[in-house]
Amino acid sequence: MHEALVWIGGGLVIAGTLLSLLGAGGVLRFPDVYTRLHAASLTDTGGATLVLLGLGLVSGLQLDTVKLFFCWAFIMLTTPAAANALANAAYGSGHKPRIGTFQIVPADKNIPADDGPAEDGPTGDGSSGK
Amino acid sequence: MLLAAGAAGLVVAMTLMIVRAIIGPSQYDRILAVNSFGTKTVLLIAVIGYLFGRPDFLDIAIVYALINFVATIALMKALRYQSLARPLAASARKDASDA
Repeated sequence: MHEALVWIGGGLVIAGTLLSLLGAGGVLRFPDVYTRLHAASLTDTGGATLVLLGLGLVSGLQLDTVKLFFCWAFIMLTTPAAANALANAAYGSGHKPRIGTFQIVPADKNIPADDGPAEDGPTGDGSSGK
Repeated sequence: MLLAAGAAGLVVAMTLMIVRAIIGPSQYDRILAVNSFGTKTVLLIAVIGYLFGRPDFLDIAIVYALINFVATIALMKALRYQSLARPLAASARKDASDA
């Protein structure tokens, strides 16, 4: 039973490593800050989940399981927060996305920050639909 | 064996992240690459701890995860305000009143 858990855990660690490699390749090849951020943050959270779950299966149920859970919880809390802050900073400094047809508004002229993207989305979809 | 392969793959992914951090066109690319590098470092520390039979490395991994997040936020603040000393809320209000 323990032998099977060790093999399954090792497989999960390998899967998480492959996901991290995929994310690193995406960060190298994508053309834009925002697309790179997408690749990096998604594969970081997913890869961390797979690797730490695999290590938990390898170690079995003991005190290290709690440490692994805390490590996973910190990563799952901080990685999306850092990605959100980084995208906000890049948006505020005027970085334009190179992919997509929507137009970015300059940060000074976008006074109602909540209404701008929410109103632009449906009107853009409606005009393209008509 | 599987853990050793996982550690090697993580090292390769970290190398690719270092390449992006060096050639990144903007500063945000570099911060993004360093942040992702730090997350992979946490995973590598945990995997190496189990690989060498010393699971106490998990404490170091937890501390590194926290330091990584704080360092990312501090880098972005230093990039935006050119200083770490200015209070964030007061300077944001000053910028809003200027504009």
